[in-house]
Amino acid sequence: MSESKVNFKQSILDALSNPNLTGALGNFSVAYRAGRAKAYEGIDFEALRDQIATIKGDAAGRFDELAEKFAMAAEAKGAKVFRTSDPKAVKDYILKLALDRGVKTIVKSKSMATEEIHLNKHLEKAGIEVQETDLGEWIIQLAGQTPSHMVMPAIHMTKEEVTTVFNTKVEDGQKPDIPKLVKFARGKLRPYFMKAEMGISGANIAVAETGSIVIVTNEGNARMVTTLPKIHVALIGYEKLIEHFKDIAPILIALPKSATAQLLTSYVSIITGPVPNTDGTPKELHIILMDNRRKEMAHDPRFKPALQCIRCASCLNVCPVFRLVGGHVFGKVYTGGIGTILTAWFNALKESDEIQSLCIQCGSCKDVCPGKIDIPDLILELRRRLAVEQGLPAIQKAIFSVVNNRRLFHSMMRAASIGQKPFAKEGFIRHLPLFLSGMTENRSLPAIADVPFRDRIKKIKQPKCSEKAAFYGGCLVDFAYPEMGEAVVKVLNKAGIEVIFPEGQTCCGAPARYSGAYEVAAQNGSDNIKALLAEDVKYVVSACPTCTVGLKHDFAAHLEAVGRTDELPAAKELAAKTWDFSTLAAKLVADGRLKFKKGIEPLQFTYHDSCHFKRTLHADQTPRNLMKQAGHELVEMDECDMCCGMGGSYTIKLPELSAPILKRKLQNVEKTGAPLVLTDCPGCTMQIGGGLDKSGSRTTVRHTAQQLADSLE
Amino acid sequence: MGAVLESSALIELFKTRAEAVSAQFEHLATRAEAIARIIELLRKEGIADQPQSYAVCAACPAITPADQAHLSAEVPGLRFDVTRELAAEAKVGISQLEWALANTGTLVQAADAPATRLVSMLPLLHIALVSTKAVLPDLPAVLERIDPRQSAYLSFITGPSRTADIERVLTIGVHGPERLIILMVDELPAPPFAGAQKTEAVQ
Repeated sequence: MSESKVNFKQSILDALSNPNLTGALGNFSVAYRAGRAKAYEGIDFEALRDQIATIKGDAAGRFDELAEKFAMAAEAKGAKVFRTSDPKAVKDYILKLALDRGVKTIVKSKSMATEEIHLNKHLEKAGIEVQETDLGEWIIQLAGQTPSHMVMPAIHMTKEEVTTVFNTKVEDGQKPDIPKLVKFARGKLRPYFMKAEMGISGANIAVAETGSIVIVTNEGNARMVTTLPKIHVALIGYEKLIEHFKDIAPILIALPKSATAQLLTSYVSIITGPVPNTDGTPKELHIILMDNRRKEMAHDPRFKPALQCIRCASCLNVCPVFRLVGGHVFGKVYTGGIGTILTAWFNALKESDEIQSLCIQCGSCKDVCPGKIDIPDLILELRRRLAVEQGLPAIQKAIFSVVNNRRLFHSMMRAASIGQKPFAKEGFIRHLPLFLSGMTENRSLPAIADVPFRDRIKKIKQPKCSEKAAFYGGCLVDFAYPEMGEAVVKVLNKAGIEVIFPEGQTCCGAPARYSGAYEVAAQNGSDNIKALLAEDVKYVVSACPTCTVGLKHDFAAHLEAVGRTDELPAAKELAAKTWDFSTLAAKLVADGRLKFKKGIEPLQFTYHDSCHFKRTLHADQTPRNLMKQAGHELVEMDECDMCCGMGGSYTIKLPELSAPILKRKLQNVEKTGAPLVLTDCPGCTMQIGGGLDKSGSRTTVRHTAQQLADSLE
Repeated sequence: MGAVLESSALIELFKTRAEAVSAQFEHLATRAEAIARIIELLRKEGIADQPQSYAVCAACPAITPADQAHLSAEVPGLRFDVTRELAAEAKVGISQLEWALANTGTLVQAADAPATRLVSMLPLLHIALVSTKAVLPDLPAVLERIDPRQSAYLSFITGPSRTADIERVLTIGVHGPERLIILMVDELPAPPFAGAQKTEAVQ
């Protein structure tokens, strides 16, 4: 491993071994989920975020035009507007202004843009006192740290740690009593507000048509920063521009709800040109619009949507990885999912090399993003570009050649499952995608089937039917869980559908996709399309959501990404006839082709939502309803749709993170008391089943197909 | 928010939402009652003519010059000549705000005059006067009525100052007021900015 990789791994281990951090973030993530849901009660979130995405997406396409309009409007009201693409020019502008006006003390309200360019350091070097006034920012300023969260910069610290910082950096004698610590901060910061000659703020929105800036806070410090000093400097990234004043409404409606689960923050200030100072003199208002690669981003069609971000940090709050490691593992300024993307742009693509690997691709953030940004997809795009720029490691290339040769893959896995040692020694198994790592510390591994499903199906006596379905196995059903495939055949046979297994099918391309190797993934797609369309079948069905997403969405995307557009019509033909198992079964029930057994013994079960099944296929209620129709009783677990930590090869690349994610899932499962966990994903079955087995639990995990096969007449 | 709410329903919703964010809400009928209530509150806070004990009141239509004389006589230490120094030495700030937004419990003010901000920023208690006729359903409703070019500083205030920056524990009163008392008064002259559109707002 390179030195930076070692440091990165170490930063993860440090974070995980900090119980304050994992405890505080874990509790917060639970409270946030409930609070956010309550704040959005009665609001059509999808409609709201469509509106925001449209407003901000439109603005991102016209940054220059809107910046010009903003400057005209704000200057007409008496503000000075400075536009620049260069962070250094921003720092020089503010420093020169401060020196020209004889400024000795500056008070700041929270501004991520100033963090982005490390403004404080620049001003302090020139002998100017710079005082952060947002409580969280002040704490980390005193502690000499960087923000770990965009909205709550000091969320990683306990009250005891804050007390120590106050005692050592400000005044001894403070006790870890939060209201008293807050009072202490009020008392200590008040004189700075009164004496500062300059106030620096950021802004949440800049309105082009009126030249207004909108600042959202809870503490009231931004009102003071923009009122008490005679000079106000607002530093604003171009992505804060919108055209119309009325369009601040959807952003102001969403931002507090998504950020802190509030209906509205305590204070919103809308400033349009300079106001009089407290002594009656006119205030000097400088507004700096900073580019720092935002315009370049707007010209990149893949990344333009990232400019729809309103900096609410909800992508951090729902992330199963962030809540384990906090922000500092991600870097120094912007953290979490969106922070990974911003770091790649505002700093350099190379700097996102390690942090992008933290993303487990569960899609939780995509669901809650008020800017409607497909964050996981953009992180994958970073991964792809990194792979193009740096090339794939030789070992990974070798792996793909194995994965794509199904017979060889099976025999190697079979051999590995019998005797892992010789392989593990070579350091080879550890790097195989999927489950061949010797990673048995936290969960058992399934035995590799001695006969893969592709051979077993030949022995199943199927009725001759007029309708046919092609079954797409995927590695897990084919090699580890052939019984799931058998259950699928059993159910479909009952509905009068014969199942065939096209031999030419190969890997779905997910391992390549999630490594950024789109050429390999596209070839996988192409091979599968040919195999699955070779025979005339009515349905193509899969019992693995990741594979289904491949067949339905990603094959076409990969082919398009690498320019193989002539294969798109076939990809679309395949997509149109592809079904996930549960959705097809529900249709067959609805059509009266499947009937439930009568007098079934009701079973309590809990349901785990696998990420792709819920968030890409949106089929999460279907298996629940099928099982309820069958007469079973659903006991929902907490965080039923939180990732189980499997994430394909994630368990191998970052086992230290996958393991605690799994642990939490197991706790939530056990709390329900249900003896059975159902899921629609063989990967989740492996992860959760292996975890339960390792912990000695008697709870079992099954695929919906297996339970359904037992519940039908 | 679907169907247009009756003004009494709007007031009720405003009260619920304002109280949910730790504001104190009182509904009064007349201006005289409001003045009397202010005197009562200021006495209770121990307002006196000495540093750290002042109250400061920003000029507003709700409090006439005659009221000012009356209030000054009743409560020594209540000052109308608001400066930053006085506001910093004051326990209580008083101001009238233009609008109330029912579904968030928010008060909205055209706060160009620095005094209007100082009194609701530096003291620990802010007493906010607002007309019953100025209740609007929500944020979009007020944005329709505002042209920011007519007011350089628009202030939206929802409850007292708060933070959750230490361990996510909600704590009231960081830099701004730790208490907000809203006196909603039926018979109250409108601040100039609210203008003629106000009556239409509560139809």
